[in-house]
Amino acid sequence: MPDLSTDCAGIKSPNPFWLASAPPSNSGEQVMRAFEYGWGGAVWKTLGQDPPVINVTSRYGAIDIGGQKAAGFNNIELITDRPLEDNLREIYQVKKRYPDRAVVASLMVPCERTAWHEIVRRVEDAGCDGLELNFGCPHGMSERGMGASVGQVPDYVKMVTEYVKEKAKKPVLVKLTPNIADIRFPARAAKAGGADGVALINTINSLMGIDLDTLTPKFAVGGKISHGGYCGPAVKPIALNMVSQIANDPETRGLPISGIGGISTWRDAVEFMLLGSSSVQLCTAVMHYGFRIIEELTAGLEDWMQIKGFTRLDDFIGLSAPKIVEWKNLNLHQKTVAEIDRDKCIGCDLCFIACNDTAHQCIGIDRKDGNRKPHIISDDCVGCNLCSIVCPVDSCITMKDVKTGLRSITWEKYTANGLKGYTPVYKRMHG
Amino acid sequence: MSDTSTQKLFRDNFPDQKPPLHPEEAVVEADRCLYCYDAPCVKACPTHIDIPRFIKQIASHNLIGSAKTILEANPMGHSCARVCPVEVLCEGACVFTAWQERPIAIGRLQRRATDHLHAQGVWPYLPGPDNGRRVAVIGAGPSGLSCAVYLRRLGYGVTIFEKDRLPGGLNTYGVAEYKMTQSTALEEAMAALSMGVKTLYGKEVGKDLPAAKLLKDFDAVFVGIGLGATNPLTIPGEDLPGVWDALPFIRWVNARNLKPIGKSAVTIVIGAGNTSIDAVTQSLRTGPGRVIMAYRRSPREMKAYDFEYRLAQTDGAEFLWHAAPIRIIGDKKVAGVEFIKTRFKAGKLVPIPGSSFTLECDRVIKATGQSKPLPLAKTLGLRLLPDGRIKTDPKTLATSVKGIFAGGDAVNGGKEVVFAAADGKRAALSIHRKLLGPGLPTGDAYWVSTIEGRVVAPVPERGSRKPSRIKTRSMPRRRR
Repeated sequence: MPDLSTDCAGIKSPNPFWLASAPPSNSGEQVMRAFEYGWGGAVWKTLGQDPPVINVTSRYGAIDIGGQKAAGFNNIELITDRPLEDNLREIYQVKKRYPDRAVVASLMVPCERTAWHEIVRRVEDAGCDGLELNFGCPHGMSERGMGASVGQVPDYVKMVTEYVKEKAKKPVLVKLTPNIADIRFPARAAKAGGADGVALINTINSLMGIDLDTLTPKFAVGGKISHGGYCGPAVKPIALNMVSQIANDPETRGLPISGIGGISTWRDAVEFMLLGSSSVQLCTAVMHYGFRIIEELTAGLEDWMQIKGFTRLDDFIGLSAPKIVEWKNLNLHQKTVAEIDRDKCIGCDLCFIACNDTAHQCIGIDRKDGNRKPHIISDDCVGCNLCSIVCPVDSCITMKDVKTGLRSITWEKYTANGLKGYTPVYKRMHG
Repeated sequence: MSDTSTQKLFRDNFPDQKPPLHPEEAVVEADRCLYCYDAPCVKACPTHIDIPRFIKQIASHNLIGSAKTILEANPMGHSCARVCPVEVLCEGACVFTAWQERPIAIGRLQRRATDHLHAQGVWPYLPGPDNGRRVAVIGAGPSGLSCAVYLRRLGYGVTIFEKDRLPGGLNTYGVAEYKMTQSTALEEAMAALSMGVKTLYGKEVGKDLPAAKLLKDFDAVFVGIGLGATNPLTIPGEDLPGVWDALPFIRWVNARNLKPIGKSAVTIVIGAGNTSIDAVTQSLRTGPGRVIMAYRRSPREMKAYDFEYRLAQTDGAEFLWHAAPIRIIGDKKVAGVEFIKTRFKAGKLVPIPGSSFTLECDRVIKATGQSKPLPLAKTLGLRLLPDGRIKTDPKTLATSVKGIFAGGDAVNGGKEVVFAAADGKRAALSIHRKLLGPGLPTGDAYWVSTIEGRVVAPVPERGSRKPSRIKTRSMPRRRR
């Protein structure tokens, strides 16, 4: 059997699947039930100073896309609204009962050295395995100078990380907000402040929509709403990009990453790991289906590792990261064209109209005898993928590499060569 | 039979064959639709409803808009959603069908939209401004109602002459209730008539009023008279009590005029068309006893659709093939039918000598096709085709008499509602062009574009060469 155990920034767990700091990890009773199902770790719902915050009702919103329930999810819940003492006692109890699982304390207090020193001391005394600094929460707490309002200023990220590292004996992860122009800056700041790793992404500023009958927000508190944090399957591509940016940035390369953002299945988790995450955190999928999903997360990961011949997670963590490069490093001489399998084509003509109306006008239909099956005009095809994206039939349209005999040339090399060395590999239709 | 037991019988035995979609179910089903370009379902629909569009309107919770898309192309969309043979039209053409997948439930989605519209009591169209011209429509069946709706939209004064007491034609009087209830047919017909159509009931042209008067009083006439009574078998005993024509029988069932029939009663239905199936299933569902469908040819020549035949099978009908009735036996009432076996000889159906046999029965229902509308057509002086249908120009539906147009069963020989609705639409435009020329009032371009089928901005045919470039001569050339 493959070994699923992981070590993320010094925080060890029997598998890489952690509950993210969120409603599912709000109490010891919940976390213990999750561990009973097999979760590898849990990042406790963020702890703050007493008196605890007050939450509003309602708290969650979601959008359904094409029949997919909760394809995007949003919340305006704040950090834990339970007294610190209760949470600490439960952390202690959980750790005692499940010593092999990772219990990470997520923390958020005002940007004062003493406040951070105090809470670090108390949660470490409770027996947690690591700390996660919540510099990401985009709603409510950010208005009070905490959460994302820290994560958006790299200097603050560095400063507060330093406060924590002055006291912390356990590994420290800094949780980053995606509500920023370039994720590499706060990541660098976290590293400079001494962080043992980063966790990302936190949720994205969002509104879930307006009800067309009442003209008020669809998800509202008495008819009004503030922006909330967006998560769920729809945010995964944004998270993957940010993870890869940190994994590939020369200044942060090698910094452990706990990947978060739209992970629903083991496949999603593997993608985060291939880009450099040594643990992954889930919330929305758990909130949709319950703790039981861990059974398929671990089983699916094991099956895939066996097929691929990987025996431990380190065999593949980060393997795909080098394949994410800047645009200027892509090969301008790469030529790809679409190919339609006429036997599989069902004649919906979506590729035809998509290509002709909106892409590069290189799909035709010979309308003779009522034929509906389109064909690619290969000479004109720029290999844009649109046809294969809209085709409803699996592997009916495939993108084929075409040998050009040309040597690879990137934009960087081309411009360094004084705009020489490029031979066109596609037609510019409207040039 | 007491009222309540009749109600129970209809509730138990005549449930919707295709029940309405649950609202969430409809959205999920609508989301399955691929939104094909130049979709085959639209081509397969005789009225060319923009099906992908109305389905996406359901997906975006715009049910009234969806119903409008349907009714623009087909004012009979409410009944067509229920009675259309979708298996051989839109759903049969759905790309999912070719993919060996379940096609989109187009009929049931259409019902979702039009049910909502009628539940809201909304009728989306207003009559156009009065253009001073008057058109007479003979028959308030699907083709006549469809024609009347479009003529009103174009601003014509419309008077319908209907020989029956209710509008809707066969929708009202001739459809099995598990397909559509009479009240559904009537709610659709009344909505169409609410556009200011004058309707004279109990007026049979040629009988209650002279046909010549119509031509004098109106600028044009649309003939949507359907077909006549069931063709006679021309065999002895046909007039015995207990021998029914299929359509009056169906009408009798729909009117709840049930009389008890013995537990061991046997009904023989003669004929194997879709109306025969209606008669078979309705006999089975309204009383105990056996029902035998007898046909002089084999299942292969049967005119009923496969899915109709399967329905009769699952209802428990028995089938007698290659049996031609030669005599209906009985003294004061029907007691049996004498058949003779048949076979094909050199492609011709011939009786097998000495093979006659008798089946005892309590009821005979003749479903051997309806007669052609000869009397009125002759009164109006219309030329007929050799088989008795009214001869028209397929493009315009103009008859041989100037100013008279015709459509529906009287022209096509007996087809589904959707074909009649398409004819009514086509004829309305032809009448307009004949009377007032090619111009159209604003707001009428869309439905007119659905007569032949819509392609708004066709993609130019291309070989392997570049498409024609947009000329930019009028733009100043950029200086280099």
